[in-house]
Amino acid sequence: MYALEIKGLRKTYASGLEALKGIDLQVEEGDFFALLGPNGAGKSTCIGIISGLVNKSAGEVRIFDLSIDSSFIRARSLLGSVPQEFNFNNFEPVEEILINQGGFYGVPKALARERAEHYLAQLGLWQHRRQQARRLSGGMKRRLMIGRALIHDPRLLILDEPTAGVDIELRRSMWDFLEQINDQGTTIILTTHYLEEAERMCRNVAIIDNGEIIRHSSMKNLLRQLNSEIFVLYLRDDIAEVPRLASFDNVRLLDYHSIEVEVHESRSINDLISELAALGIVVERMRNKVNRLEELFVKLTAKNDKLSLA
Amino acid sequence: MLRQFWIAYLTITRKEIYRFMRIWVQTIIPPVVMVALYFIIFGSLIGQRIGEMDGMAYMDFIMPGLVMMSIITNSYGNVVSSFYGAKYSRHIEELQVAPVPNLVIVLGFVTGGLTRGICVGIAVTLVSLLFTEFSVYNPWVVLLVAALTSCLFALAGLINAIFANSFDDITIIPTFVLTPLTYLGGIFYSIRMLPEFWQQVSLGNPILYMVNSFRYGFRGSSDIELLTALGVIGFFIALLFGICMYLLDRGIGIRQ
Repeated sequence: MYALEIKGLRKTYASGLEALKGIDLQVEEGDFFALLGPNGAGKSTCIGIISGLVNKSAGEVRIFDLSIDSSFIRARSLLGSVPQEFNFNNFEPVEEILINQGGFYGVPKALARERAEHYLAQLGLWQHRRQQARRLSGGMKRRLMIGRALIHDPRLLILDEPTAGVDIELRRSMWDFLEQINDQGTTIILTTHYLEEAERMCRNVAIIDNGEIIRHSSMKNLLRQLNSEIFVLYLRDDIAEVPRLASFDNVRLLDYHSIEVEVHESRSINDLISELAALGIVVERMRNKVNRLEELFVKLTAKNDKLSLA
Repeated sequence: MLRQFWIAYLTITRKEIYRFMRIWVQTIIPPVVMVALYFIIFGSLIGQRIGEMDGMAYMDFIMPGLVMMSIITNSYGNVVSSFYGAKYSRHIEELQVAPVPNLVIVLGFVTGGLTRGICVGIAVTLVSLLFTEFSVYNPWVVLLVAALTSCLFALAGLINAIFANSFDDITIIPTFVLTPLTYLGGIFYSIRMLPEFWQQVSLGNPILYMVNSFRYGFRGSSDIELLTALGVIGFFIALLFGICMYLLDRGIGIRQ
């Protein structure tokens, strides 16, 4: 049984914009799944339909084999969602937001309070529990939305850019928290523009662009499609000009002691180091120029743009 | 599942009541002050010159209508401002993503509006004791009509909020529809004073039935037959409830 199964999902807005063009998608139970795509690709529309905020034009969505149309009460009970934009009552105290959300899902008040206390402590919001939500910082508001989405103990959690605008330290603690939730059995679907986040946490991925799924595979398989990577090499001694390498044609001098080299899948890093050593150039350190997934993502979506323009 | 819906209903209702009670200075006090002013101006100052109306002192005549006017505007205002506020700040999405049937949403908001209408009605009735002595002919009729009227206008407020796209939109109906219908609904005069043609026109105003049945509960006399009035109120409640359910089921005004 899939945690989420989408068949032929279409959405055409009243303006005529075709946001989703009949997508199919399956997410396994227990998965940590990335749904990626550039702005306006259709990610939020797709999430909006799953969570009941957007009317679909056609297609079918099932959550743990329950249709969101014919079994919407039971299907929604299994789903928790964290939207991209803050959507709580700013004038309500933090703790009340969580308890009330539990109430909407039929969680008795005493149990909702118990869970609220648990998540407020886990998410570092305990000392702010009696404050009005408007007094929280941006990062705290994001954590509040995650706590709110978990208050009814959902089996599927959808996070639409949960770490947007959050500093790196907090982002990492949120990653740990989400991995912990996933380890406990909750299926997680994540959309994010921080691709290192998706690469680190997600086992499977779908890339959506122009309302269509253009890739749907495991993260490992997707990254294997990357046929070249760009490395930045830091050199021990200064060099004045771009070194001439027989096997690597795309070499660029960044400054006197660092160069950038594109390494195709047919070549190894050892080949590169050896060729440089033969020229008397010693590499002290090296790093990927950009995250691997990011590189692939840009290639895939750029290619799709060209196709759509053709 | 019924228990789940019951908890959801209680949560919406509690939130709604907490919302207007937290700002009681803005929600309960203004109608009390306004009605006190009506009593002073129309009852004490002008009323003495008018004399009797329908066999009773003018102050006694307008008292049920003024209470009813407060109930109408507050039950309407509570739901329209709360639901539109939730739409505006997007926390209506908390309800939309939850497994809450639209029936529970409607009942929750209507109970909030009804509670505010009744609270204001009680406060205004207590204030009116400062200006007039009144007896209650049939307290059950008074309570029934107050509750039904609150429900009706809470539903009307919900429909207004569903369609509203700006704060201007939630003031247009109260200003251009509700207030004129209320003032022309027999609060300050008996329709028997009107020429035959305008009496017939007045019968098309639903608020006339509410004011008169409410007055019947206090005085035991009315321009309109009680059962007719209750039938009209019941019909409008059923109509507006059906419209609310249709709009929410279709996601009009709340889902893209």
